[in-house]
Amino acid sequence: MQKPMYQADGGGAAPVEARALRKVYGDVVAVDGIDFSLHAGTVTALLGGNGAGKTTTISMLMGLVVPTSGDVRVFGADMARERHKVLYRMNFESPYVDVPMRLTVRQNLEVFGRLYGVRDLRGRIAEVAQELRLVDLLDRPYGKLSAGQKTRVSLAKALINEPELLLLDEPTASLDPDTADWVRSKLEDYCQMHAATVVLASHNMSEVERLAGRVIMLEKGRIIADETPQELIERFGRTNLEEVFLAIARRGADDTELRS
Amino acid sequence: MSAASTSRLHAQVGVAASAGRVWGMVLRYWYVIRSSWPRAAELIYWPLVQMLMWGFLQTYLAQTTSFAGKAAGLFIGGVLLWDILVRSQLGFAVAFLEEIWSRNLGHLMMSPLRPTELVAALTIVSLLKLMVAMVPVALLAYLFFDFNVLSLGIAFAAFFANLVIMSWSLGLVSTGVVLRWGLGAESFAWLIVFVFLPLSCVYYPVTTLPVWLQPVALALPPTYVFEGLRAIVLNGTFDAQLMVKAFVLNLIYFALGFAAFAYFLQRARVHGSLVQMGE
Repeated sequence: MQKPMYQADGGGAAPVEARALRKVYGDVVAVDGIDFSLHAGTVTALLGGNGAGKTTTISMLMGLVVPTSGDVRVFGADMARERHKVLYRMNFESPYVDVPMRLTVRQNLEVFGRLYGVRDLRGRIAEVAQELRLVDLLDRPYGKLSAGQKTRVSLAKALINEPELLLLDEPTASLDPDTADWVRSKLEDYCQMHAATVVLASHNMSEVERLAGRVIMLEKGRIIADETPQELIERFGRTNLEEVFLAIARRGADDTELRS
Repeated sequence: MSAASTSRLHAQVGVAASAGRVWGMVLRYWYVIRSSWPRAAELIYWPLVQMLMWGFLQTYLAQTTSFAGKAAGLFIGGVLLWDILVRSQLGFAVAFLEEIWSRNLGHLMMSPLRPTELVAALTIVSLLKLMVAMVPVALLAYLFFDFNVLSLGIAFAAFFANLVIMSWSLGLVSTGVVLRWGLGAESFAWLIVFVFLPLSCVYYPVTTLPVWLQPVALALPPTYVFEGLRAIVLNGTFDAQLMVKAFVLNLIYFALGFAAFAYFLQRARVHGSLVQMGE
């Protein structure tokens, strides 16, 4: 008889719920008591300048960093204590974290497929290779691929287990506009087909406008705006999110008018 | 859980699920060894050089001194067993370092792979690498210096097991330190084992050490292995009690090693060093 999967949420908890989440490194407050909750099937962008707390927040969502206080729950599981109950339902893509360079694309997908316990792994690798135009690259070492090809492989790794929660850290950084557009289309397709919840950290505002239905803007570890991209643009009387981002960044974190 | 991912994924709990993840990691390291002949050659190179050096030294001493003549196999046996400890520890630690060199640690740490499974994979890989390194060296010892390690019989199995378990304990501590402090502590992983060369009395009896240092040597499992080797080579006797003492000590060291690894991993999550793994 098949053993049960973990069911941390009993099927009904929010994909992500952060409560009074705070992280302090020595004298530096990286994240300063933020609260937010994400609904299933939504794409939320986490924005902010360098050092705003995006990476620390995402790292706490993944359980790679333990909060100083507060907690973050993914599908109901406390990520500081019981993250292994839900990790198989998540995945992550970032150009700043590589997969092993010497392994071929196929070997990398095989290794990660085994870590996530993917059934019919050969079939799944073929499927994801087809979807992400990797068929001709499967037997080439990852380290010998171009930046765009590596991004497609990282994306294949991130989708190998068909995650319900996908964390994307600048998924199109250093890609040419055509490849970046293609990657965004693939992400849109995936979210539409699987009703996946996505957290997107990006400095590309047009990408955020296209993909995200909600923007959480961080500055100095605090949430200074939390609304839809369109609401933000209208409230600031600007024409696009890039202008809003610049306006907010230049006004500073203490301006309470920014809070929605 | 969505219907799609239920149908797509195997069960995540239980021995089979755990074994699947361990096997995934073993494959990952095996693919690295297979992909690079210099890496495989590097595994063999130093044990081979050591064996040649000590083998010729023993040949020379056997011709010039009556003690070495009587004690054929003392140095060659010593170097073989010492290399088991060193190669196994390096096999464990370097496999882990691969994750940091390839910037893959973040992916592993947020995958369903558990720390115990990572450790299990590293122990299996250290054994694999040990086989790649030591089988040719043992053959060389037999063909060139007439020392057949298998002639030690059950004693060799006991020596091997005790040295390998100790190497894993050292591997756990050294990788834990690297987890916490990053590649700045990499040299610790390479060098930690060498403190055992003088202290565990690889080439001389414990009584050679100053009296105050002898309790330290006797607190280390490898000391009993090398004393055991000397007992066989010089007196033709196998002292099983020495091996039992070494095994009991090894259990303690392995438990301490795993506790240190788990502690450093948790500290790395508190300090955020898993995210910025590097120098």
